[in-house]
Amino acid sequence: MQALTTRGKEVSREPMTFMERLYIPSILKGMAITFSHIFKKQPTIRYPEQTREFSPVFRGLHVLNRDEEGRENCTACGLCAVACPAEAITMEGAERLPGEENKYREEKYAAKYEINMLRCIFCGLCEDACPKDAIYLSETFAPANFTRKGFIYGKEDLLIPDPVTEPEAYAKARGEKRVHN
Amino acid sequence: MTLLAFDWILLVEKLILIAIITFASLGIALYTTFGERKVAAILQDRPGPNRAGPFGLLQPLADGLKLIMKEEIIPNSASKALFILGPGLAMTAALMTCSVIPWSSHVELFDRKIDLQIADINIGILYIFGVVSLGVYGIMIGGWASNNKFSLMAALRGASQAISYELAMGLSLIAVLMIGGSLSLKTIVDEQMAPGAHWNIIYQPLGFIIFFICALAECNRTPFDLPEAENELNFGYHQEYSSMKLGFYLFSEYINMIMSSAVMVCLFFGGYDLPFFDESRLPVNYAAMVGLGTFLIKIVIFIFVFMWIRWTIPRFRYDQLMNVGWKKLIPLALFNMLLTAAVILWRQG
Repeated sequence: MQALTTRGKEVSREPMTFMERLYIPSILKGMAITFSHIFKKQPTIRYPEQTREFSPVFRGLHVLNRDEEGRENCTACGLCAVACPAEAITMEGAERLPGEENKYREEKYAAKYEINMLRCIFCGLCEDACPKDAIYLSETFAPANFTRKGFIYGKEDLLIPDPVTEPEAYAKARGEKRVHN
Repeated sequence: MTLLAFDWILLVEKLILIAIITFASLGIALYTTFGERKVAAILQDRPGPNRAGPFGLLQPLADGLKLIMKEEIIPNSASKALFILGPGLAMTAALMTCSVIPWSSHVELFDRKIDLQIADINIGILYIFGVVSLGVYGIMIGGWASNNKFSLMAALRGASQAISYELAMGLSLIAVLMIGGSLSLKTIVDEQMAPGAHWNIIYQPLGFIIFFICALAECNRTPFDLPEAENELNFGYHQEYSSMKLGFYLFSEYINMIMSSAVMVCLFFGGYDLPFFDESRLPVNYAAMVGLGTFLIKIVIFIFVFMWIRWTIPRFRYDQLMNVGWKKLIPLALFNMLLTAAVILWRQG
């Protein structure tokens, strides 16, 4: 039979020698191995205080983007919802009224934009589908919650802070990630 | 008037000593559980409990509180009196062993010479053996009274294991007693401390190994933790126990571990003797403190070795356990005894 791996070892079926039957040498060998682990570095990340570094391509929580003047990019075209394989995105569009030009970039905007984080599989297809660079996946992940309702993120949870009024919070939410234009 | 002629201060002194030693053993046992988890974690490259207090030092208190607050469940089909008696007996037997252990030499307070030992009885080590074998009843009664087949199996295993290993343990001990010529732990320690004398481990390496293996089995520690075997017996004899009754079983195990470490230190490692150091040059009280510290450090080292073994090797199978006990250890112990006797005879000429 062909071996499945290159690391296979032939098992010896010979009767044990006297030294092997004593057990104690092999037990001491084992104890030396466990003792050496005292000096090994722990791979543990102490979570709430320390967090894991994510790679720049990490797909985490969604962010609804704004442009440099702080206007929402989303036009409620629904392409993200169509692209979503998990059907996690729901939205309702509304028409921009006169005087709201500083809030929404184009004539139509999303009045309601909800993502069910329990359905979402964080594939990033919404990000790919969006023609307006309005949605992208950040480097954070959805924190735990007590209710199912708590996992349905609305606009207030998703929207990135205003770059004009809160530049620091905006930079933090934006993270290291490049938003492709 | 004979009653009044009794040395009442001695009684008070001993009561205080008993209280201190009982609470100290409970406290140490509490922290041994913490030590066990930390040692396990470190040997497995984990941090271990580190949330409660600095370095997780309050963890055992949290565990104790949890055990006390939990619901007490006595199964319907259990035999109630025996069910309650089981953990109590295990705990009592475990705590009783500490009464003959010489924790250190003596201190001088208020013009009185106070021995740091509850009772220096001349059959000290025999007393320990007697009490330890009583501890088996805790396991057996607990397992029987639970009315659960797994518990019963575990109790049977525990009892047969304890009986088979006590034999080899006693035989290996005889060799030590032949060298020292006394059953009193204090005398055994003093003989090892005497100028020019060596620790018994030098004369009795084989005896020590046998004694150590048997001590592991007596404490139901891995690789001899068959009574507890989680994977085959579902937690063994304390499966039906909850709350502090379970806590008593777990506690008594740790106290047993501490006590068997203490006995091994006394018998083979010179008790409270600090090596390469002459305690008699120090003032009495300082010497006692140094001795106590040395004794505790030696115990801690032994407890660490117990844990280290536990987190290294897997459990023996039941037939292997019996084979090792009856076919290997007992003949070896007998051989060791004969050899010691022959050497002693030869040296006497």
